[in-house]
Amino acid sequence: MTKKSLAFRKNKLSDPREQLKYLSNGIFQDGELPKFKEKLDEGSEFPLKPHTLEILQINVGYMCNQVCSHCHVDAGPDRKEIMTRETMEQILDVLKNTTVNTLDLTGGAPEMNPHFRWFVEEASKIGVEDFIVRSNLTIILANKKFHDLPEFFKKHNVHVVSSLPFYSKERTDKQRGDGVFDKSIKALQMLNDLGYGKEGSGLKLDLVYNPAGAFLPGDQKGLEDQFKKRLFEDFGIEFNGLFTITNLPISRFLEYLIVSENYEDYMEALIDAYNPAAVQNVMCRNTLSVSWDGYLYDCDFNQMLEMKVNGDAQHISDFDMDELAKRNIKISQHCYGCTAGAGSSCQGSLVE
Amino acid sequence: MDKTYYNPKDLKKFGNISEWNEELGKKFFDYYNSVFEEGKLTAREKSLIALAVAHTIQCPYCIDAYSSDGMQRGIEKGEMMEALHVAGAIRGGASLVHGVQMMNKVEKLSM
Repeated sequence: MTKKSLAFRKNKLSDPREQLKYLSNGIFQDGELPKFKEKLDEGSEFPLKPHTLEILQINVGYMCNQVCSHCHVDAGPDRKEIMTRETMEQILDVLKNTTVNTLDLTGGAPEMNPHFRWFVEEASKIGVEDFIVRSNLTIILANKKFHDLPEFFKKHNVHVVSSLPFYSKERTDKQRGDGVFDKSIKALQMLNDLGYGKEGSGLKLDLVYNPAGAFLPGDQKGLEDQFKKRLFEDFGIEFNGLFTITNLPISRFLEYLIVSENYEDYMEALIDAYNPAAVQNVMCRNTLSVSWDGYLYDCDFNQMLEMKVNGDAQHISDFDMDELAKRNIKISQHCYGCTAGAGSSCQGSLVE
Repeated sequence: MDKTYYNPKDLKKFGNISEWNEELGKKFFDYYNSVFEEGKLTAREKSLIALAVAHTIQCPYCIDAYSSDGMQRGIEKGEMMEALHVAGAIRGGASLVHGVQMMNKVEKLSM
């Protein structure tokens, strides 16, 4: 279990350029494996173009109370990058004039941003169809000041999406840290008590499953059935849906793949599972990601690799929908993670 | 020839067996895929059976394939090991049940 971020450890992979170098060299340079661009080319999908913008995903900061071993954000308590209220105001201005129907707050632990509650209150007044907060669950129990978060979420009809890598303590704690499983269960029970995840309540609670290791997620429906059965039988917990998300080979997960000598096999597995049907629905085509400092990216993964959107309108303060709609989406070999098998996105798998 | 009989990379080439006999290869893989579909047994249960059989026939390709498959399906370590003990019990039992034959023979030959 990693205890500190790559940034804190001054690991060379904390530099996105080093990660991109790794993702383009070796097996990809000597032609042993095809680059993502070549795969897109086979289906005449290069350059990858966006569809209508539907989701605005806001990363309000990289600070987190956990240091998960697979984290693509390299988040942790030592990360100080936090979105200012000024940037949030710029986002609210954009939200009022777009086709966006889903607002998706992530981090780090988004709740640790000091302006988090103010932002949720203001954004909920604008009235997007689906207002998501990605909560790591343990934050609710981390400090007294967070204990009322479930009530706060309910008040603003927030759709809670929570990571829970597995329904057993062993696999969960291995990925997310000792004690995380027990706290997550307690937090889920608190959310259930308020009606979250219960049929007919209108309060949505979805869980996110990431494989705890160098393997791809299995069938989403099959895993959801197992999660529902086990969490209900063992803890009386109910939830709406399970999103299976493939770990992308960047940041701390890339470090894990390299150190455990799984990198080449994992990339090969992703490429073997390449599914052209998933390309139609990859999230970069209907999503924009905004970083803590207001820059725009095709997705949260590109944000971590510091691959800003193509074009002149790269900051939320210069938001230009017409320009953005014409852009070519930036890609590298990490993109194979979203097109493997049934596909993967922040909303789970992409094809039935 | 390779210096070892088994190469992990050969697992991915399994489908190549059709190259020398397309008709039978196709029939086999169609059958194989149908077998593992969700039926009266779940795909998850079938994966565990496959893992146990893989150990019984000691096929390294199959062990590789169905250990990974189990991970993807969320099968836990404890479940995998229990399945192996089923295989082990049947294997061991198959030897030991012949003990009756041994005993019969020895009894028959004894005064």
